[in-house]
Amino acid sequence: MRRLRLRQMGWLAISLLPVRLLAAEPTDTVVIVADSRKFSGWQAWWANLYNDSHLWFAVITIVILPVTALLLGRLTGWLMGHLGINLRSRELAEH
Amino acid sequence: MDWLHVLMPVSGALVFWPGLVVLGFGVGMIGGFFGMGGGWMVTPGLNILGFPMAFAIGTDIAQMSGPSLVSTLRHGKFGNVDYRLGLVMVIGTVGGLETGARMIMWLERIGKIDLYVRSGYLVLLTLIAWLVFTDITKRRKKEREALASGRKLDALATGIEWHKTLHKIKIPPVVHFKRAGVRCSIWLPIAVSFFTGWLAGVLGIGGGLVRMPALIYLIGCPTHIAVGTDLFEIVISGLYGTASYSYKGRTELLAAVIMLVGASIGAQIGSIATKYVKGYGIRIFFGFAVVGCGVSIVLKIAAAAVPSLKNILDTCAAVVILGTVSALSLYILAKFVTGVREERAQRSEKRQMVHF
Repeated sequence: MRRLRLRQMGWLAISLLPVRLLAAEPTDTVVIVADSRKFSGWQAWWANLYNDSHLWFAVITIVILPVTALLLGRLTGWLMGHLGINLRSRELAEH
Repeated sequence: MDWLHVLMPVSGALVFWPGLVVLGFGVGMIGGFFGMGGGWMVTPGLNILGFPMAFAIGTDIAQMSGPSLVSTLRHGKFGNVDYRLGLVMVIGTVGGLETGARMIMWLERIGKIDLYVRSGYLVLLTLIAWLVFTDITKRRKKEREALASGRKLDALATGIEWHKTLHKIKIPPVVHFKRAGVRCSIWLPIAVSFFTGWLAGVLGIGGGLVRMPALIYLIGCPTHIAVGTDLFEIVISGLYGTASYSYKGRTELLAAVIMLVGASIGAQIGSIATKYVKGYGIRIFFGFAVVGCGVSIVLKIAAAAVPSLKNILDTCAAVVILGTVSALSLYILAKFVTGVREERAQRSEKRQMVHF
Protein backbone atom coordinates (compact mmCIF):
# COMPACT_ATOMS: atom_id res chain seq x y z
CA MET A 1 0.00 0.00 0.00
CA ARG A 2 2.80 2.33 1.01
CA ARG A 3 4.76 1.49 -2.22
CA LEU A 4 1.66 2.17 -4.28
CA ARG A 5 1.18 5.58 -2.67
CA LEU A 6 4.85 6.45 -3.30
CA ARG A 7 4.52 5.41 -6.93
CA GLN A 8 1.34 7.48 -7.30
CA MET A 9 3.08 10.51 -5.81
CA GLY A 10 6.06 9.96 -8.13
CA TRP A 11 3.79 9.91 -11.20
CA LEU A 12 1.97 13.01 -9.94
CA ALA A 13 5.27 14.86 -9.48
CA ILE A 14 6.44 13.86 -12.97
CA SER A 15 3.13 14.88 -14.55
CA LEU A 16 3.14 18.23 -12.74
CA LEU A 17 6.75 19.08 -13.62
CA PRO A 18 6.05 20.38 -17.16
CA VAL A 19 3.11 22.40 -15.78
CA ARG A 20 5.45 24.04 -13.24
CA LEU A 21 8.07 24.70 -15.90
CA LEU A 22 5.53 26.23 -18.26
CA ALA A 23 4.03 28.33 -15.47
CA ALA A 24 7.44 29.68 -14.47
CA GLU A 25 7.98 33.27 -15.53
CA PRO A 26 10.87 33.87 -17.90
CA THR A 27 13.79 35.28 -15.95
CA ASP A 28 17.17 36.73 -16.78
CA THR A 29 19.81 34.04 -16.83
CA VAL A 30 22.35 36.43 -15.29
CA VAL A 31 21.60 37.80 -11.82
CA ILE A 32 24.00 40.53 -10.72
CA VAL A 33 24.49 41.17 -7.02
CA ALA A 34 26.41 44.20 -5.75
CA ASP A 35 29.08 43.31 -3.19
CA SER A 36 28.26 45.84 -0.45
CA ARG A 37 30.92 44.41 1.92
CA LYS A 38 33.61 46.40 0.10
CA PHE A 39 31.92 49.72 0.85
CA SER A 40 30.91 51.94 3.71
CA GLY A 41 28.62 54.94 4.12
CA TRP A 42 26.43 56.02 1.20
CA GLN A 43 28.13 53.62 -1.22
CA ALA A 44 27.21 50.63 0.96
CA TRP A 45 23.65 51.97 1.24
CA TRP A 46 23.46 52.35 -2.54
CA ALA A 47 24.78 48.82 -3.15
CA ASN A 48 22.28 47.42 -0.63
CA LEU A 49 19.45 49.37 -2.26
CA TYR A 50 20.44 47.81 -5.61
CA ASN A 51 20.28 44.33 -4.07
CA ASP A 52 17.00 44.99 -2.24
CA SER A 53 14.84 46.76 -4.80
CA HIS A 54 15.54 47.55 -8.43
CA LEU A 55 12.36 49.63 -8.47
CA TRP A 56 13.65 52.11 -5.87
CA PHE A 57 17.09 51.97 -7.47
CA ALA A 58 15.48 53.03 -10.79
CA VAL A 59 13.29 55.73 -9.20
CA ILE A 60 16.21 57.36 -7.37
CA THR A 61 18.42 57.14 -10.49
CA ILE A 62 15.90 58.94 -12.71
CA VAL A 63 15.42 61.65 -10.07
CA ILE A 64 19.11 62.24 -9.30
CA LEU A 65 20.32 62.40 -12.92
CA PRO A 66 18.14 65.26 -14.27
CA VAL A 67 18.41 67.22 -11.00
CA THR A 68 22.24 66.97 -11.09
CA ALA A 69 22.20 67.90 -14.80
CA LEU A 70 20.04 70.96 -14.06
CA LEU A 71 22.32 72.11 -11.22
CA LEU A 72 25.53 71.55 -13.22
CA GLY A 73 23.91 73.12 -16.29
CA ARG A 74 23.06 76.26 -14.35
CA LEU A 75 26.54 76.41 -12.83
CA THR A 76 28.32 75.98 -16.18
CA GLY A 77 25.85 78.41 -17.80
CA TRP A 78 26.78 80.98 -15.17
CA LEU A 79 30.47 80.38 -15.90
CA MET A 80 29.88 80.77 -19.67
CA GLY A 81 28.06 84.01 -18.96
CA HIS A 82 31.38 85.43 -17.72
CA LEU A 83 32.96 85.00 -21.16
CA GLY A 84 31.32 88.21 -22.34
CA ILE A 85 29.22 86.70 -25.15
CA ASN A 86 25.51 86.86 -25.92
CA LEU A 87 24.01 83.64 -24.59
CA ARG A 88 20.43 84.49 -25.44
CA SER A 89 20.34 84.89 -29.20
CA ARG A 90 21.76 83.41 -32.36
CA GLU A 91 21.84 85.71 -35.34
CA LEU A 92 22.40 83.01 -37.94
CA ALA A 93 19.19 81.83 -39.61
CA GLU A 94 19.91 79.53 -42.49
CA HIS A 95 19.75 75.88 -43.43
CA MET B 1 47.83 56.88 -7.58
CA ASP B 2 44.88 55.28 -5.77
CA TRP B 3 42.95 58.53 -5.59
CA LEU B 4 42.63 58.54 -9.39
CA HIS B 5 40.57 55.35 -9.28
CA VAL B 6 37.10 54.85 -7.92
CA LEU B 7 35.37 51.57 -7.11
CA MET B 8 31.88 51.45 -8.59
CA PRO B 9 29.35 50.38 -5.93
CA VAL B 10 27.12 48.29 -8.20
CA SER B 11 29.34 46.76 -10.88
CA GLY B 12 32.39 46.51 -8.60
CA ALA B 13 34.63 47.82 -11.42
CA LEU B 14 37.67 49.89 -10.52
CA VAL B 15 37.54 52.87 -12.88
CA PHE B 16 39.97 55.69 -13.71
CA TRP B 17 37.63 58.64 -12.94
CA PRO B 18 39.47 61.41 -14.88
CA GLY B 19 38.87 59.21 -17.95
CA LEU B 20 35.13 59.38 -17.24
CA VAL B 21 35.26 63.19 -16.96
CA VAL B 22 37.19 63.52 -20.26
CA LEU B 23 34.86 61.06 -22.01
CA GLY B 24 31.85 63.00 -20.70
CA PHE B 25 33.39 66.29 -21.84
CA GLY B 26 33.95 65.03 -25.40
CA VAL B 27 30.53 63.40 -25.69
CA GLY B 28 28.76 66.45 -24.21
CA MET B 29 30.51 68.73 -26.69
CA ILE B 30 29.79 66.55 -29.75
CA GLY B 31 26.22 65.88 -28.59
CA GLY B 32 25.49 69.59 -28.03
CA PHE B 33 26.94 70.46 -31.43
CA PHE B 34 25.40 67.72 -33.59
CA GLY B 35 22.26 66.91 -31.59
CA MET B 36 23.23 63.36 -30.64
CA GLY B 37 23.17 61.34 -27.45
CA GLY B 38 26.50 59.75 -28.39
CA GLY B 39 25.76 56.11 -27.60
CA TRP B 40 28.13 54.97 -30.37
CA MET B 41 31.00 56.81 -28.64
CA VAL B 42 30.31 56.16 -24.95
CA THR B 43 29.74 52.40 -24.88
CA PRO B 44 33.20 51.50 -26.30
CA GLY B 45 34.78 54.28 -24.20
CA LEU B 46 33.28 52.88 -20.98
CA ASN B 47 34.33 49.40 -21.99
CA ILE B 48 37.93 50.57 -22.44
CA LEU B 49 37.82 52.24 -19.01
CA GLY B 50 37.06 48.85 -17.50
CA PHE B 51 33.27 48.67 -17.39
CA PRO B 52 31.68 45.27 -17.95
CA MET B 53 29.60 45.37 -21.17
CA ALA B 54 26.38 44.65 -19.20
CA PHE B 55 26.80 48.00 -17.40
CA ALA B 56 28.42 49.98 -20.24
CA ILE B 57 25.22 50.13 -22.35
CA GLY B 58 22.89 50.99 -19.43
CA THR B 59 25.28 53.63 -18.04
CA ASP B 60 25.66 55.08 -21.51
CA ILE B 61 21.86 55.49 -21.85
CA ALA B 62 21.70 56.93 -18.32
CA GLN B 63 24.36 59.58 -18.91
CA MET B 64 22.73 60.58 -22.23
CA SER B 65 19.78 62.45 -20.71
CA GLY B 66 21.98 64.73 -18.54
CA PRO B 67 24.11 66.55 -21.16
CA SER B 68 21.13 66.53 -23.55
CA LEU B 69 19.13 68.43 -20.92
CA VAL B 70 21.94 71.00 -20.51
CA SER B 71 22.24 71.39 -24.31
CA THR B 72 18.46 71.61 -24.82
CA LEU B 73 18.22 74.46 -22.31
CA ARG B 74 21.04 76.34 -24.06
CA HIS B 75 19.64 75.67 -27.57
CA GLY B 76 16.21 76.70 -26.25
CA LYS B 77 17.66 80.12 -25.33
CA PHE B 78 19.03 80.45 -28.89
CA GLY B 79 15.59 79.59 -30.30
CA ASN B 80 16.83 76.31 -31.78
CA VAL B 81 14.19 74.03 -30.22
CA ASP B 82 10.73 73.45 -31.71
CA TYR B 83 9.12 71.97 -28.59
CA ARG B 84 5.81 71.33 -30.37
CA LEU B 85 7.49 69.32 -33.12
CA GLY B 86 9.58 67.48 -30.50
CA LEU B 87 6.48 66.48 -28.51
CA VAL B 88 4.64 65.27 -31.63
CA MET B 89 7.68 63.20 -32.57
CA VAL B 90 7.86 61.60 -29.11
CA ILE B 91 4.60 59.75 -29.93
CA GLY B 92 6.14 58.11 -33.00
CA THR B 93 9.52 57.54 -31.33
CA VAL B 94 8.06 55.61 -28.37
CA GLY B 95 5.83 53.50 -30.66
CA GLY B 96 8.74 52.83 -33.01
CA LEU B 97 11.14 51.94 -30.17
CA GLU B 98 8.69 49.40 -28.72
CA THR B 99 8.06 47.84 -32.15
CA GLY B 100 11.81 47.70 -32.83
CA ALA B 101 12.52 46.13 -29.42
CA ARG B 102 9.88 43.42 -30.03
CA MET B 103 11.32 42.76 -33.47
CA ILE B 104 14.80 42.31 -32.01
CA MET B 105 13.41 39.67 -29.60
CA TRP B 106 11.96 37.86 -32.62
CA LEU B 107 15.32 38.12 -34.41
CA GLU B 108 17.06 36.68 -31.32
CA ARG B 109 15.18 33.44 -31.90
CA ILE B 110 16.62 33.19 -35.42
CA GLY B 111 20.17 33.61 -34.09
CA LYS B 112 23.21 35.49 -35.52
CA ILE B 113 21.51 38.66 -34.34
CA ASP B 114 24.78 40.57 -33.89
CA LEU B 115 25.70 40.12 -37.54
CA TYR B 116 22.23 41.20 -38.76
CA VAL B 117 22.17 44.25 -36.50
CA ARG B 118 25.71 45.35 -37.39
CA SER B 119 25.12 44.85 -41.12
CA GLY B 120 21.84 46.82 -40.93
CA TYR B 121 23.60 49.57 -38.99
CA LEU B 122 26.35 49.73 -41.61
CA VAL B 123 23.83 50.01 -44.48
CA LEU B 124 22.06 52.79 -42.62
CA LEU B 125 25.28 54.71 -41.89
CA THR B 126 26.36 54.40 -45.54
CA LEU B 127 22.99 55.78 -46.61
CA ILE B 128 23.22 58.71 -44.17
CA ALA B 129 26.80 59.53 -45.23
CA TRP B 130 25.77 59.39 -48.90
CA LEU B 131 22.77 61.63 -48.15
CA VAL B 132 24.85 64.23 -46.30
CA PHE B 133 27.66 64.44 -48.86
CA THR B 134 25.27 64.41 -51.86
CA ASP B 135 23.33 67.25 -50.25
CA ILE B 136 26.54 69.25 -49.72
CA THR B 137 27.70 68.65 -53.33
CA LYS B 138 24.31 69.68 -54.76
CA ARG B 139 24.19 72.82 -52.63
CA ARG B 140 27.72 73.79 -53.76
CA LYS B 141 26.65 73.27 -57.38
CA LYS B 142 23.70 75.61 -56.81
CA GLU B 143 26.04 78.17 -55.24
CA ARG B 144 28.38 78.03 -58.25
CA GLU B 145 25.44 78.38 -60.68
CA ALA B 146 24.08 81.35 -58.73
CA LEU B 147 27.51 82.98 -58.71
CA ALA B 148 27.92 82.45 -62.45
CA SER B 149 24.57 84.10 -63.15
CA GLY B 150 25.48 87.00 -60.86
CA ARG B 151 22.89 86.45 -58.13
CA LYS B 152 23.16 85.40 -54.49
CA LEU B 153 21.86 82.01 -53.41
CA ASP B 154 19.03 82.10 -50.86
CA ALA B 155 20.39 81.37 -47.36
CA LEU B 156 17.63 78.76 -46.89
CA ALA B 157 18.46 76.88 -50.10
CA THR B 158 19.28 73.20 -49.71
CA GLY B 159 20.87 70.55 -51.89
CA ILE B 160 18.47 67.64 -51.37
CA GLU B 161 14.82 68.71 -51.26
CA TRP B 162 12.89 65.54 -50.40
CA HIS B 163 10.98 67.40 -47.69
CA LYS B 164 9.28 69.59 -50.31
CA THR B 165 7.74 66.49 -51.92
CA LEU B 166 6.69 65.12 -48.53
CA HIS B 167 5.10 68.45 -47.56
CA LYS B 168 2.74 68.07 -50.54
CA ILE B 169 1.02 65.14 -48.78
CA LYS B 170 -1.78 67.02 -47.02
CA ILE B 171 -3.49 64.34 -44.92
CA PRO B 172 -5.45 66.28 -42.23
CA PRO B 173 -4.75 67.74 -39.74
CA VAL B 174 -2.14 70.00 -41.34
CA VAL B 175 -0.09 71.84 -38.72
CA HIS B 176 2.39 74.66 -38.71
CA PHE B 177 5.56 74.23 -36.65
CA LYS B 178 6.42 77.88 -36.26
CA ARG B 179 9.98 77.65 -34.96
CA ALA B 180 11.02 75.09 -37.58
CA GLY B 181 9.14 77.00 -40.27
CA VAL B 182 7.48 73.79 -41.44
CA ARG B 183 3.86 73.38 -42.53
CA CYS B 184 2.88 69.76 -43.09
CA SER B 185 0.49 66.97 -42.19
CA ILE B 186 0.90 65.96 -38.53
CA TRP B 187 1.29 62.39 -39.79
CA LEU B 188 4.61 63.22 -41.46
CA PRO B 189 6.63 63.83 -38.23
CA ILE B 190 4.78 60.95 -36.53
CA ALA B 191 5.63 58.57 -39.39
CA VAL B 192 9.24 59.78 -39.62
CA SER B 193 9.78 59.48 -35.86
CA PHE B 194 8.13 56.04 -35.82
CA PHE B 195 10.56 54.93 -38.52
CA THR B 196 13.63 56.42 -36.77
CA GLY B 197 12.42 55.04 -33.41
CA TRP B 198 11.97 51.59 -34.96
CA LEU B 199 15.50 51.76 -36.39
CA ALA B 200 16.85 52.83 -32.99
CA GLY B 201 14.99 49.94 -31.30
CA VAL B 202 16.23 47.35 -33.81
CA LEU B 203 19.81 48.62 -33.80
CA GLY B 204 19.92 49.24 -30.03
CA ILE B 205 21.03 52.87 -30.38
CA GLY B 206 19.69 56.13 -28.93
CA GLY B 207 18.53 57.34 -32.33
CA GLY B 208 20.07 60.83 -32.57
CA LEU B 209 22.37 59.71 -35.37
CA VAL B 210 19.30 58.79 -37.46
CA ARG B 211 16.80 61.41 -36.25
CA MET B 212 19.03 64.44 -36.91
CA PRO B 213 19.31 63.79 -40.69
CA ALA B 214 15.65 62.69 -40.78
CA LEU B 215 14.61 66.06 -39.29
CA ILE B 216 16.64 67.86 -41.96
CA TYR B 217 15.98 65.80 -45.09
CA LEU B 218 12.48 64.41 -44.47
CA ILE B 219 10.81 67.08 -42.37
CA GLY B 220 12.73 70.07 -43.70
CA CYS B 221 14.04 71.63 -40.47
CA PRO B 222 16.93 74.10 -40.68
CA THR B 223 20.12 72.45 -39.33
CA HIS B 224 20.21 74.39 -36.03
CA ILE B 225 16.53 73.65 -35.29
CA ALA B 226 17.12 69.96 -36.13
CA VAL B 227 19.99 69.86 -33.60
CA GLY B 228 17.98 71.53 -30.80
CA THR B 229 14.76 69.58 -31.39
CA ASP B 230 16.61 66.29 -31.58
CA LEU B 231 18.31 67.01 -28.24
CA PHE B 232 14.90 67.72 -26.68
CA GLU B 233 13.74 64.30 -27.84
CA ILE B 234 16.90 62.66 -26.51
CA VAL B 235 16.14 64.06 -23.03
CA ILE B 236 12.75 62.30 -23.03
CA SER B 237 13.87 59.04 -24.64
CA GLY B 238 17.05 59.06 -22.50
CA LEU B 239 15.01 59.26 -19.27
CA TYR B 240 12.73 56.48 -20.51
CA GLY B 241 15.81 54.36 -21.32
CA THR B 242 17.39 55.16 -17.93
CA ALA B 243 14.26 54.01 -16.10
CA SER B 244 14.14 50.82 -18.15
CA TYR B 245 17.83 49.91 -17.77
CA SER B 246 17.93 50.88 -14.08
CA TYR B 247 14.93 48.66 -13.38
CA LYS B 248 16.86 45.83 -15.03
CA GLY B 249 19.80 46.71 -12.75
CA ARG B 250 22.18 47.68 -15.55
CA THR B 251 23.16 51.26 -14.72
CA GLU B 252 25.97 52.70 -12.63
CA LEU B 253 24.72 56.04 -11.30
CA LEU B 254 28.08 57.09 -9.84
CA ALA B 255 29.79 56.78 -13.26
CA ALA B 256 26.96 58.70 -14.96
CA VAL B 257 27.26 61.52 -12.41
CA ILE B 258 31.07 61.71 -12.77
CA MET B 259 30.66 61.85 -16.56
CA LEU B 260 28.05 64.57 -16.13
CA VAL B 261 30.66 66.88 -14.53
CA GLY B 262 32.64 66.92 -17.79
CA ALA B 263 29.56 66.59 -20.00
CA SER B 264 27.82 69.68 -18.61
CA ILE B 265 30.83 71.85 -19.56
CA GLY B 266 31.16 70.09 -22.93
CA ALA B 267 27.43 70.45 -23.65
CA GLN B 268 27.61 74.22 -23.05
CA ILE B 269 30.64 74.58 -25.34
CA GLY B 270 29.09 72.39 -28.06
CA SER B 271 25.76 74.25 -27.98
CA ILE B 272 27.40 77.70 -27.98
CA ALA B 273 29.75 76.67 -30.83
CA THR B 274 26.68 76.19 -33.11
CA LYS B 275 26.35 80.00 -32.96
CA TYR B 276 29.57 80.39 -34.89
CA VAL B 277 29.15 77.65 -37.51
CA LYS B 278 26.83 77.76 -40.52
CA GLY B 279 24.28 74.99 -40.89
CA TYR B 280 26.19 73.35 -43.73
CA GLY B 281 29.39 73.40 -41.65
CA ILE B 282 27.55 71.32 -39.05
CA ARG B 283 26.30 68.94 -41.77
CA ILE B 284 29.81 68.35 -43.20
CA PHE B 285 31.28 67.37 -39.85
CA PHE B 286 28.21 65.31 -39.01
CA GLY B 287 28.99 63.40 -42.22
CA PHE B 288 32.54 62.77 -40.97
CA ALA B 289 31.18 61.51 -37.63
CA VAL B 290 28.93 59.06 -39.50
CA VAL B 291 31.88 57.85 -41.62
CA GLY B 292 34.02 57.31 -38.46
CA CYS B 293 31.19 55.35 -36.85
CA GLY B 294 30.76 53.28 -40.06
CA VAL B 295 34.46 52.39 -40.24
CA SER B 296 34.39 51.16 -36.64
CA ILE B 297 31.37 48.94 -37.43
CA VAL B 298 33.20 47.45 -40.46
CA LEU B 299 36.13 46.61 -38.15
CA LYS B 300 33.74 45.03 -35.61
CA ILE B 301 32.16 42.86 -38.34
CA ALA B 302 35.63 41.86 -39.56
CA ALA B 303 36.65 41.02 -35.97
CA ALA B 304 33.67 38.68 -35.65
CA ALA B 305 34.42 37.08 -39.03
CA VAL B 306 38.17 36.52 -38.43
CA PRO B 307 38.61 35.17 -34.87
CA SER B 308 42.42 35.07 -35.16
CA LEU B 309 42.53 38.87 -35.66
CA LYS B 310 39.72 39.64 -33.22
CA ASN B 311 41.83 41.46 -30.62
CA ILE B 312 43.69 43.62 -33.15
CA LEU B 313 40.53 44.54 -35.08
CA ASP B 314 38.57 45.29 -31.88
CA THR B 315 41.39 47.59 -30.74
CA CYS B 316 41.41 49.28 -34.18
CA ALA B 317 37.62 49.84 -33.92
CA ALA B 318 38.04 51.49 -30.50
CA VAL B 319 40.95 53.61 -31.82
CA VAL B 320 38.83 54.78 -34.79
CA ILE B 321 35.94 55.79 -32.52
CA LEU B 322 38.13 57.56 -29.98
CA GLY B 323 40.10 59.20 -32.82
CA THR B 324 36.87 60.49 -34.40
CA VAL B 325 35.68 61.78 -31.02
CA SER B 326 39.02 63.55 -30.37
CA ALA B 327 39.16 65.12 -33.87
CA LEU B 328 35.57 66.36 -33.70
CA SER B 329 36.06 67.66 -30.15
CA LEU B 330 39.15 69.62 -31.24
CA TYR B 331 37.28 71.09 -34.22
CA ILE B 332 34.33 72.19 -32.04
CA LEU B 333 36.64 73.59 -29.35
CA ALA B 334 38.58 75.58 -31.98
CA LYS B 335 35.32 76.99 -33.43
CA PHE B 336 34.16 77.92 -29.94
CA VAL B 337 37.40 79.71 -29.02
CA THR B 338 37.64 81.69 -32.30
CA GLY B 339 33.91 82.49 -32.22
CA VAL B 340 34.03 83.80 -28.64
CA ARG B 341 37.13 85.87 -29.47
CA GLU B 342 35.48 87.45 -32.54
CA GLU B 343 32.22 88.16 -30.73
CA ARG B 344 34.05 89.83 -27.86
CA ALA B 345 36.12 91.90 -30.30
CA GLN B 346 32.95 92.98 -32.14
CA ARG B 347 31.26 93.95 -28.89
CA SER B 348 34.21 96.05 -27.71
CA GLU B 349 34.34 97.75 -31.14
CA LYS B 350 30.63 98.61 -30.85
CA ARG B 351 31.22 100.00 -27.34
CA GLN B 352 34.07 102.18 -28.60
CA MET B 353 31.88 103.48 -31.46
CA VAL B 354 29.19 104.47 -28.95
CA HIS B 355 31.85 106.33 -26.90
CA PHE B 356 32.93 108.35 -29.96
